[in-house]
Amino acid sequence: MKNDWGARLLGAALIAHLADWNRQMSEALRLTRRACVLAFAWALIVLSPAAGAQEPLAVAAIYTVPVEQQWVSRIDLALDEAAERGDITYVFSENVANTDYERVMREYAEQGMDLIVGEAFAVERAAREVAADYPDTAFLMGSSFGPSQPNFAVFDNWIHEPSYLTGMVAGHATESDVIGMVGGYAIPEVNRLMHAFMDGARSVNPDVTFLVSFINSWYDPPKAKEAAFAMMDAGADIMYAERFGVADAAVERDVRAIGNVIDTADQYPGTIMASAIWHMEPTIDRAIEAVREGRFEPIDYGQFSFMSFGGGSLIVDEELVPAEVVEEVRAKQDEILGGFFRVNVNDEEPVSDG
Amino acid sequence: MEVLDILIQANFWAAAVRIATPLVFGVLGALLCERAGVLNLGIEGIFTAGAMAGWMAVWLGAGLWGGVLVAALTGAGFGLLHGVLTVPLGLSQHVTGLAITLFATSLAYFTYRTALPDIATPPRIEPFRPLDVPILSDLPFIGAVLGQQTALTWLALVLVLVVWWMLNRTPLGLALRAVGDAPEAVDAQGLSVYGLRIGAVCAGSALMAVGGAFLTMSAFDAFFFEMVNGRGWICIALVIFASWQPGKALLGALLFGAFDAFQVRLQTEVGAVVPSQVFLMVPYVLSILALIIAARRADYPRALLQPWFKGQR
Repeated sequence: MKNDWGARLLGAALIAHLADWNRQMSEALRLTRRACVLAFAWALIVLSPAAGAQEPLAVAAIYTVPVEQQWVSRIDLALDEAAERGDITYVFSENVANTDYERVMREYAEQGMDLIVGEAFAVERAAREVAADYPDTAFLMGSSFGPSQPNFAVFDNWIHEPSYLTGMVAGHATESDVIGMVGGYAIPEVNRLMHAFMDGARSVNPDVTFLVSFINSWYDPPKAKEAAFAMMDAGADIMYAERFGVADAAVERDVRAIGNVIDTADQYPGTIMASAIWHMEPTIDRAIEAVREGRFEPIDYGQFSFMSFGGGSLIVDEELVPAEVVEEVRAKQDEILGGFFRVNVNDEEPVSDG
Repeated sequence: MEVLDILIQANFWAAAVRIATPLVFGVLGALLCERAGVLNLGIEGIFTAGAMAGWMAVWLGAGLWGGVLVAALTGAGFGLLHGVLTVPLGLSQHVTGLAITLFATSLAYFTYRTALPDIATPPRIEPFRPLDVPILSDLPFIGAVLGQQTALTWLALVLVLVVWWMLNRTPLGLALRAVGDAPEAVDAQGLSVYGLRIGAVCAGSALMAVGGAFLTMSAFDAFFFEMVNGRGWICIALVIFASWQPGKALLGALLFGAFDAFQVRLQTEVGAVVPSQVFLMVPYVLSILALIIAARRADYPRALLQPWFKGQR
């Protein structure tokens, strides 16, 4: 089963008895499966004592949004790659409601997953409680808070460094000195990147002002588009495209945009000047290795999204950005990579300059 | 920029009309169903199904108007299901409607994911482009507002006239209104109550689905989960605001569109002083206020929500 849609369709209460039957069936299947696995394991031990070590880890991911969503798509990509290398077996459930999140966590834990990846932003307390019930399973969850014992590690898209660099590009590029920013929800991981971007822009252009709005949805491109149009009406000539729809509005008005988390430059050629990209691979690969070697610790994996670990990177379209700006930005990037410059972390909700 | 200056911008009104368009389709659809005596809470799901089906059809090469047709047929299909369950079987219209919403939404997602199991971003289509209408587009201000609209918005505006004309000037409209007020009288005239009601629900649901298709084929160019984002529910409120009149339905949708366009602009203007969530509430709060004022004089279809069985008194 690659996703949870079947379960969703069945989800209506009127077919609860069917679900019950289903559970019994899967219970029975699991028993037979367990018997098979046991027999197989026994055979392995008897026949070739060394073979057990390189079996792929069982990894499950639980997403509250579809895998197309920017943030989640980066996790999905990293896990897909690990699965292709044969390091793990990977299953996921997408669009899981937050109210249903604990159930799905427990289901995967009961199935004996070695590692469960997900996002705890709306279920911070509940997710930690579930994890504590399954000490043999490693949990690696996106979270605004810290890790917790015994097995709950956290991560997030800490790409404030490349965001700062894209801000420098935007600060140089704006002619009206007005930059528009459309965000989904004003939560720490969104605010942080916006502030870093704003700091970067101000560092090269003290006169720049910002228009900020949130649409309170991860997925409403028409609404994001309208918010972007409103900002361009108010004079913005660079758009920070945190959501789908913003770059589309920029294309229609022939305005430049800055990308975030994913690389959309090929979808909007000539519009996206620079993007701050998140790479989940350093985080995922470290977690997989730790679980495999039996030394998984509940730590904050956030730093593995920093540029120095290869978790964040900057993409610049050199046809849209002047060479001297690229040079300046690359010099700042070297400072960051060398450890000589730290980008400020600010989780407050950003507001428009009045 | 002063806050009141916003209201005289052509771009502001163009945005209001764009935001209003799916609502116009939705309110007209809900109005048709309810005028015939059937509440259709399947609207949110039918929006989603229409958004998915229309976009998917275009992506598969059906052409834009082919996509609109597919969306309408999809909506009519769900309408038929809702009609059969609530009209001859007389099931609770509330429960059936909500079930239709859950079913249509899930089926849309299921179809989407089955058709496109492994993609990073949904494929884009070439959407409807702003339509250059001779004479109208050349008018000052009005031209700047309407010149930015696509063919689907024009279709919505024309449909307001068509629905009004149909309801108030044709025998079919008379029968439709009668079946929502006094189905026994319609039956006494030898007309089919079931046929009229199911037909109205199908037609209304087709309009709702086209409203959804506007989101994926005009307002944007791809389908995303959850992109309908409550627009269907707004229509259920707007139809009461409109007192079941097509003209007022257009007015209500435009008013909501204007509130929403105003709130995004206000958010960027004075966002530093007032939290953004307050602005996001504005269209809904104003809708509730408008509803309170309008609902006092609301003229409910007399037989709304009441199932009718032949031969039963």
